[in-house]
Amino acid sequence: MLPLQILIDGFAISSLYALGAIGFTLIFGVSGVLNLSHGGVMLIAALLGWALAGEAGLGTYIATPLGVICGMIAAFITYFMVVRPIQNSAAIPREEKEIFVLTGTLLWGIMIQQGMAYLFSDNPITMRPLIPGVASVAGVRVPYNEIMIAVVCWVVIGLLWLFVNRTKAGKALLAASMNPRGLTLLGFELSRIYLLAWTLYGVLAGIAGVLLASFLGVSTNNTGQLTASAFSIVVLGGLGSVSGSLMAAYVVGYLETVTAYLIAPTLRPLPALLLLVLVVYVRPQGFLGRR
Amino acid sequence: MSKGKSRRGMSTVIATGTVMAGLGLSATAHAAGEPIKIGVISEESAVAGASISKAAQLAAEEINAKGGVDGRQIQIIAYDDHSSASDGVRAFQRAASQDKVVAIIGSYISEVALAMEPWSARLKMPFITPGAASNEISKRVHDDYANYKYTFHGWMTSAFIAQSICDFSHDVLVGEFKMKTTVVMSEDAAWTKPLDERYLECLPKAGLKVLDHIRFNPDTSDFTPIFNQIEAKHPDTITTGISHVGVQPTVQWHDQQVPIPMSGQSSQATTTSFWKDTNGATEGVITASAAAPGVAMTPKTVPFVESYQKHFAGVSPAYDGFTSYDLVYILADAIHRNQGSTDPDKMVDALEKTDYVGTIGRWQFYGKNDQFTHALKYGEGYITGINLQWQNGKQVAIWPKSVANGKVKFPAFVKVQAAAN
Repeated sequence: MLPLQILIDGFAISSLYALGAIGFTLIFGVSGVLNLSHGGVMLIAALLGWALAGEAGLGTYIATPLGVICGMIAAFITYFMVVRPIQNSAAIPREEKEIFVLTGTLLWGIMIQQGMAYLFSDNPITMRPLIPGVASVAGVRVPYNEIMIAVVCWVVIGLLWLFVNRTKAGKALLAASMNPRGLTLLGFELSRIYLLAWTLYGVLAGIAGVLLASFLGVSTNNTGQLTASAFSIVVLGGLGSVSGSLMAAYVVGYLETVTAYLIAPTLRPLPALLLLVLVVYVRPQGFLGRR
Repeated sequence: MSKGKSRRGMSTVIATGTVMAGLGLSATAHAAGEPIKIGVISEESAVAGASISKAAQLAAEEINAKGGVDGRQIQIIAYDDHSSASDGVRAFQRAASQDKVVAIIGSYISEVALAMEPWSARLKMPFITPGAASNEISKRVHDDYANYKYTFHGWMTSAFIAQSICDFSHDVLVGEFKMKTTVVMSEDAAWTKPLDERYLECLPKAGLKVLDHIRFNPDTSDFTPIFNQIEAKHPDTITTGISHVGVQPTVQWHDQQVPIPMSGQSSQATTTSFWKDTNGATEGVITASAAAPGVAMTPKTVPFVESYQKHFAGVSPAYDGFTSYDLVYILADAIHRNQGSTDPDKMVDALEKTDYVGTIGRWQFYGKNDQFTHALKYGEGYITGINLQWQNGKQVAIWPKSVANGKVKFPAFVKVQAAAN
């Protein structure tokens, strides 16, 4: 009973982590940006989705896709108002651009957190599950919503894989992560590729945020933790590698779940962090990293 | 020459006259209308903390409308401590040194109140907490009365909160539902240490064997493993001690359809906005509180709740709203009994003699030689709090019998034996 419970629970949380982490690593792989406002983007999707569902009275079914769109908008604002101006700035020397972008997104993340806390307070919010009720899976009670989350995450990951591997735009995205200069020589416009990457990121982070709100609940206090979590998973899996992130998300998700169930819920985040330290020592490029 | 001199002379006279008139005016203003400043430090963005300053403002407005305290208006100066002990201390120092308040009502979080308490001693500033629960607050007053006498505990200590929940469990859960076992589930915080100690002591005496005792990190967001661990023991009920968290464990309890009822203390569930915050998941949750809408603990309870709801968008006060409101009246009363003096030592004397019927019962503070010096007197005839259950969007009082206005009903997914009638 307990092993099955751990298996199912771990699967759901890992899928959610995977969605967020894949978006994070996509942005890094394609445009070299470590977006430290990642938690903030998820938060906006979750909070605005909740506000639209309850305060604006639109109900969960309409508010959920709207929440995702809000996440997308947040991603665009991050790109156009924070990342791109720094990248295009003539005042910053090229070697220092990455640091400035990093700091910029960090500050932007903090601004989002404080701004949202001011507007909505730091109380956790939850969105109603899209499918209420529980199912019994081989004697283990699982909310339908949890099953749905795992399914949705994998459908999205599957669609992403299809997009990257089967469509021209997707292949261009992949190429940009390997060799941006080569891509421009072939006549592709990098700026459109970046736009595509950020759009995808917005959708992924938005979906992750909204689903998290209905699964566990989100509060502005979680913002830093969400970013840290995505960051550790992505480093573990190898910066820039989507399949690496996927693997790492499941490793971290299961490590956390097993710890919470078998050792103590309090110690939940610990093993993943210890693993991260170990990996950085022993194999800094992560599981499948290229750089 | 003489003209210039006389003009200068005239202007000097006029100037002096104006100054003297001004002094004279301000002297009378001082006597007649200088406001009494009361500092209120609270957690504005927390579910439970938001009630504190609002209720204090309401009390001040009412008192001022009736002429104030012997002609002097009460002015509430509110500070947000952001649930942080260091912010609370800074606010305390500022209130005392810069804004020169005569007393401070502060915080519902024990960690914050305990951090501010030594400053009450150092700055000789009367300080009352309307919502923190730790026994430590009154213990310090007992152990070092000379320095700490300026602190009062304006809510039930954790020990008494636990006792009232044990009394409720005995009367209703054991008495009516024939329950036999429980698991204690509390957040790991300053206020729950004495709470859990008393729980472990009085629950068995009330008829509930304690099968397990879980203390979780207040930053926990996934309660599934905890509920799983509890379910594995098959208790008849869960006795909670939560305040920092509330929305997430309640929503997850509901979504996962954990078949065990929850009762005990859930501070966030004491405010009516909790129904909306949890999308109704709080249906069936039982919590101890100061009072509930529609329940007349005293003749003042219902009018206060109605006034609060009218002023603040239909939301009813959390438990610390009731205490905060009563405390402003108590402070005003103490100042009045002192003939307007706000000298700290005189305030302490007057506060110790408090015998005031407020919104939650009859307020008296324990004395120097009692175990919980300056804490609220607990017991029948004084203050016991109530236990309420959320039913269909409303808080229904279910204990004590004298104020109960409904029967206990659990959601369909909760497995209980039917109540014996």
